[in-house]
Parts: sequence; C-alpha cells; structure tokens
Amino acid sequence: MSIPAAPRFSFAPRRGALAQGVALVIALLAATPLLALVLRSFTPTDGLWAHLASTVLPEYVANSLLLALCVGLVAGVLGTATGWTIAMYRFPGRDLLAVLLLLPLAMPAYILAFTYTDWLQFAGPVQTWLRGLMGWRRGDYWFPDIRSLGGAIFVLGVVLYPYTYLLARAAFAEQSASAIEASRMLGRGPCRTFFSVALPLARPAIAAGMTLAVMEALADFGAVTYFGVPTFTSGIFRTWFALANPAVAAQLSMALLATVLAAVLLERFSRGDARRHVTVDRGRRAAAIRLKGAGALLAMLCCALPVLAGFVVPALVLVDLVFETDLPLTLAQSVGFAGNSALLALLSGLLVVAVALFASHAVRQRAGVLPVVATRIAMLGYATPGAVVAVGILIAIGGFDAGVDGLSRALFGVGTGLVLGGTLVAILYGHLVRFFAVAQGALDAGYARIGPGLDAAARTLGRTAFGTLRDVHLPLLRGSLLTAGILVFADVMKELPLTMILRPFNFETLAVAAYQRATTERLDEAALPALLIVLVGLVPVWLLARQLGRQVRG
Amino acid sequence: MSRLASMLATGALVLGFAAAASAQEVNVYNGRHYSTDTELWTGFTKATGIKVNVIEGDADQLIQRIKSEGSNSPADVLITVDAGRLGFAAREGIFQPVRSAGIDAIVPASLRDPDGLWTGIATRARVIVFAKDRVKPGELSTYEDLADPKWKGKVLVRSGTHIYNLSLTGAMIATHGEAKAEAWARGLVANFARPPKGGDTDQIKAVAAGEGDVALVNTYYVARLIGSSKPDEKAVADKIGVFFPNQRDRGTHVNISGAGVVKTAKNKDNAVKLVEYLLSPEAQRYLADTSMEFPVNPKVQPHGILAAFGDFKVDPLNAAKFAGYQPEALKIMDRTGWK
Repeated sequence: MSIPAAPRFSFAPRRGALAQGVALVIALLAATPLLALVLRSFTPTDGLWAHLASTVLPEYVANSLLLALCVGLVAGVLGTATGWTIAMYRFPGRDLLAVLLLLPLAMPAYILAFTYTDWLQFAGPVQTWLRGLMGWRRGDYWFPDIRSLGGAIFVLGVVLYPYTYLLARAAFAEQSASAIEASRMLGRGPCRTFFSVALPLARPAIAAGMTLAVMEALADFGAVTYFGVPTFTSGIFRTWFALANPAVAAQLSMALLATVLAAVLLERFSRGDARRHVTVDRGRRAAAIRLKGAGALLAMLCCALPVLAGFVVPALVLVDLVFETDLPLTLAQSVGFAGNSALLALLSGLLVVAVALFASHAVRQRAGVLPVVATRIAMLGYATPGAVVAVGILIAIGGFDAGVDGLSRALFGVGTGLVLGGTLVAILYGHLVRFFAVAQGALDAGYARIGPGLDAAARTLGRTAFGTLRDVHLPLLRGSLLTAGILVFADVMKELPLTMILRPFNFETLAVAAYQRATTERLDEAALPALLIVLVGLVPVWLLARQLGRQVRG
Repeated sequence: MSRLASMLATGALVLGFAAAASAQEVNVYNGRHYSTDTELWTGFTKATGIKVNVIEGDADQLIQRIKSEGSNSPADVLITVDAGRLGFAAREGIFQPVRSAGIDAIVPASLRDPDGLWTGIATRARVIVFAKDRVKPGELSTYEDLADPKWKGKVLVRSGTHIYNLSLTGAMIATHGEAKAEAWARGLVANFARPPKGGDTDQIKAVAAGEGDVALVNTYYVARLIGSSKPDEKAVADKIGVFFPNQRDRGTHVNISGAGVVKTAKNKDNAVKLVEYLLSPEAQRYLADTSMEFPVNPKVQPHGILAAFGDFKVDPLNAAKFAGYQPEALKIMDRTGWK
C-alpha cells in the first residue's frame, strides 16, 4: 500500500515515521483498557468454557450475529433510502423532513426500548385497547412481541440509521452531475442509475454508516437486557459478575472484538485502493427531480416513517408519562444534571475530534498499512460495551495512579493519592476510547472529498505535513469536524455506564438519573430525565441540520 | 474557543478535586439506585455534621473500582441491594470487620456477616403474587410446589440471571443440595407462561392482565403498586393477592440491602457512624416508608401496606450462605434454560 513515489521528497522517511508513530500511540491509548483487562485476568477458567459452550454460548453467538447483521441492514437500507430521497428529489415537506430525519440521534436506545415496551406489551395501552375493542382475551389473537430479538433489531435500527443517512446523503449530494447525467443519457432509468452509478460511488459512506450501526448494536447492553435477548455482550457481563470469572469474560470480549476487526478490515481492503475521489465541483450538481402526486406521497412516507418510529412515538410516550407523574426532579436538579451532561459532552466532543483529526491525518500520509490498521484497532472501542471499557480504564488508571503514588513516596516520602482516578479525566479517556470511531468515520468521509492533488500542491509549495493540515485541510474539513463533534456530543449525552462508574463524587448526569429510576422499575419517574436527555441532545442535532444545510447550499 | 476550553478544563479540575477537600466527611459507594436515598445522607449530616459524598453505580463495578483504586481508594462505605454482592465483596477482601455493640444489638444474626464484615440495613421477601380470580391461596404452599406440573403455563418470573433469582436459587441449593435445586429449576422453567421478560413489576402486571396466574416477586414492588395513586396501577393491585411461601417449613426467602466498611477507609469512625445511623429508628422509618423495604430494626414497624400482609416466618438461612452459591446457581440457570 505504500506509495512508491514517496522517496522523491527528502523528508519522506521522517514524515512516514511520524504518521506511523501518531497512529500507533492512538491505537495503544485505545487498546490499553482492554489489554489491562486481559492482563489482569489470571483467574483459572475452571472448565467454564466447556460449560458455556455446551449451554448458552451458541445462542449468544447466533443472537449477536443476527442482531448485528439485521441492525446493519435496517440502518443501511433506511439511511440510504432516506439519504437518496432527500438528496435527489424535491417534494412537499422535503426541507423539514431532511432535518427531522436526524432526530433519532438524540434518542437513547434503552429509552426507546422501555417506551415501546410500555406502549406495546400485553398489559400496555395498545393491546388493552385492542382487547377492549374486539372483546378478545389472552390467546385469542397474535400480536408481535416487542421484547424479542425482532424488537431489539427494530429499536436499534431506528435509532442508528441517522449515521448512514448523514453520510449517504452527503455522498449522494456531492456526486457530480456528470456521472449521474451520463448514466441517464446512456438510457439507464432512475433505478439502474441508482444501483450502477450512485450506489457504488457512495459505498464508502454507506459502509461507514453501517459499520457504526453494527458496532453500536454489538456493544448494546441496555436495550437487549431490557428485552431479555441474551447476546454475546450480556454473556460477557454475566460471566464476569455472576460467575465471578473476569478471565473468561475478557476472553469473550477479545473474541468479539477480533470478529469485528476482521469484518471492518475485510470491508476496508475489499474496496482496496479503488478510491473514488469526486472532484469538488460546487456549481454542478445533478438537478433534483420534482415529485408530484403518488411519487411525492411515497417520498414523504419513506422519510416520515423512520422519524415517527425513532422519535415521535417514543417522545410522545415520554411526554405522556411525565404528565402522569409528580415531577421526580426539582428545577435546580434538572438544570444541574443537564449542565453536567452537557459539560461532559462538550469536553469529550473537543477531545475526541482532535485525536481523530490526528489519526485521519496520519492515515492520509499513506505511510503504509500500519496507520490504517492502527486506526481500525482504535475504532474497536465503539464495538466494546461501555462497562467493559470502564472497568478496563479503572484497572489502567489504577495502575498509573499507584505507580505515580509509589514513585512519589520513594522520591519525596509523600504519596500523591489518586491522580486521575475519580476525576473527569478518567471519564474523558473512556469517551475517547468508546467514541473515537464516530469522529473518525465523519472525518474520513470529509478527507475522502479532498483530492490528493491538493496535498501534492501544498507540499510543492513548501508546506510541511503539519502545515498542510493547518492551512489546507482544516479549512476544507470545517464542516466534517463540526459534524464529528456533534455526533460525539450526541453520543456522550446518551452514554451511561462509563460516566456512572468513573465519575467523581456527587456528580450526577441526566443519563444516570434516568437509569437510577428505570432500573428500580419507576419508568414513569425516569421519563423526565429521559426527556431532558432528548431535549439537550436536540441542540446539537439542530446545529448539525444547519451545518448540513450550509454544506449542501455552499 | 480556547478561552472557553480553558474555562471548562478549570471547571473539570475543580469538580474532580472538590471531593478531596473538607475534613469531616464520609465517602459512600452506593449500589442502591433509590433516588430517595439522598434524604438519608441529608439526615445524617444534620445529625452529625459529617458531610456525605456519594457515587452511585452497579455494585459489581463499584467493587471493581475499589479494587483498582487500591490503598488510595477514597471509599469508606459500600452499600448494595443484594446479599450476593456483599458476599462477593467480602470474598474479594474489600471489607474490614466492624465490631459495634450498636449494630449487633439491632440486627438479627442471620442478616449480618458472622465476622462483622457487613450488615443488612433493610430486607425484602421474595413472595408469590397470584391472580385472585383464578387462584385460591389454599392452592399455594411453597417455592418447591411451583415446579409441580399443575402450574404448567402459569408461572411468571423475571430472568434467571437476575440477582434476586440467583439468590433464591442459591437458597434452594443451600437447603436441598445442587441436584435437587436443579430439578426444581427445571420444573419451574417447564411451567413458565412465557420466556422471562422485564422486571418484577412487569410480572405483577402480567398476572393482572391474565398472561399467567402466579409470579415470583419482591415485596416492595407489590407494595409500591398497591400504594400507587395511578388508576391503572390501582386496577392491577385490585386483581392480585400476595402469598408468603414455605410458612409451614423453613420460612420465606428474604434478601437484604446491606452495607460494609471498606478496608482502606480513611474515615473509618465516620463510616461506622453512618452504618449505625442507617440502623437508627429515624433512618429505618424513612427506608420503610420510601423504598418500602422491611426495616431490620425490630423497634421500627414496616410500612402500613406491608404490615397488612401480616407477620410471616423468615428463612433463617444466613445471607452469606445463599450468596456464596450464586455461581453454581447461574450454571443451573444455563443448564435448565431459565434465561
């Protein structure tokens, strides 16, 4: 993969080494928690593998595979279809729907899980109403069970499609008019144009969106546990805690991540070097097609249904629950928790985007396979359950703190106590490991749009690698940087296990407040903090929508 | 932008290190998720002037955190909602023995660790809830009886991997041995009305809605539904009855919420004071009324709704005992398909 022409530049070897170093450090940072976990787990395995393999493991593997594949498909199809419709057609309500389609980003999957359960279960309002209406009793009718693998696929699919939508829409919108028009001129209908021209051109973007959905589905713990669907991830937890065997739990985690890494690298290398750079051609986009009548209706439905399922229905259930209950939080509490959540989300957003930028830049130096593989390894945090990352970080930071403390005692006779443990630094580190992939995906998409010619020109004009980054890439990447930051912000708002376990004393966030009530089965009281998560999360989503609007118009 | 970032960073540092400041304080790692617990800390501070700092989290992860923080851990007290977790923490060497005449005089011996590593602060019984229109209390007798084929398609219970069911099955192992406990679990699974889904409240609602006839649940979930002001929850409560199993033999299985003082506690005296406060009539009254648990202090009456169930015989098996069988219990769940 290394570019043979590189030695032409005298500073090329150093440049390559720097890029490799940066990528390596980032991969190490991301892998440390997991490695710490593995190194720490020397417990004997006590024939536990045999027990698991002969009882529950086959079901875990089957459920996780099905879940990941189907969520990837649902998110991919929904995201591509809506992205294509919004990018290529004009119909009544199109501008509004373009924004609304992003709303599910603000909705945590576990909250969706409990609102839909509340609404659809046997004892819930929908079935009770049906029974009253039709005079049915138990067993007289069939009703889909939301607490099932199918339900989990539905819930995760409708909250995770926006990643694909976001990336696919941008990719479709940027495809130059010439490619699409050439296809039309050669007599291909809209359908064949989509499948033979537009789709292959947008494949990296769609694949990136689907990869994020698949990884998040694999890491999900809240929704699948609530639905009682035993997956690989829930298996890791029970092995760890109930069976008290961290060794086997760590081995299970590694097996999961190895599978994900293989899949991600396979996708990446199957595209090979077939890069599809589309010239940045601002004046000439394929003209949008105006739809009328049935076509317009179909387009509206296609874009409205995901919004209804992923946002409107659960939000209404939440509002209804809030009004049914005495307020569980005072105004001061609400503001305080929301402030903490937003502070964390903001800090994490800045940190993660900055690191992802260096990683993307390193990959761009084309210094061999190492940076590519290293960043892919760093992305695995997104497929790792938050609680697994959290405990890994506890061990890593615990080791660091003990080392500093010991050193200080030896040198100065005074201990330092905990340096990083119990500070926000620990949480920020956790979010970096967990959400690096989200920022990296958005930046990769942005970088793909910058033709390599620009780099060559900058280098010829005497810019160093860093100078190129500062003077050429950064201005061009502004939109992608903002998108990446906003996505991380939205994810951190919803994040629960890392924050909960790594936080300082007396530091409450909205997600913790919601979980605290939901887990003691006070769903109605959990509704207010849940709704606040969604409301605060809407701010970045709104910013994102504005940003996208600007990009497309620009 | 950079000014904002530096302001935020300063804020983060202040937040991070604020906990290390004041002198009279006690640091609690709380595995209970009852939002009402905050009042307990306020009450303690009022009574003693000692400030309470809290981190809530899942007990397992809090235990990991204490282990990772090592001798520098700021944790003074660890509180959990299940004896199994207390037993696990004790085996991991996290607690130190506390000998307090105050604690020993109040808490019955079966509800605290024999070596004084932890003590129960409140209890909950695992009872049978039944549909009043389809089941007569006379048909019910024991946990063992629920595995009888006569209940085929009628039993509702949450996931077998949930800690409450692991503890119950641990008690079965302690009483009958592993083989008989497994046979019991197998029989129970064969009687399920549906695969386990949702929490205890969901099982109660499913009984009321007719999805099954009997459910195994903790007392405070029932009490909360009975005390609810919402019409739909009141309707649920009207349709169900509560039965305390095994009254004619060993008694009903009871689990605990409990606390222990951490081995590396920097504020040990304050930690002991806090545990003693949690057992005081004032705190016990509050626990009984808000989280609807049974007080462990015999001088304090349970909440009226629980008191209306009447006195019942408690299985005297020590909590440390059934807690120790949890890993075996989980393997039984796997083998019998109690998911």
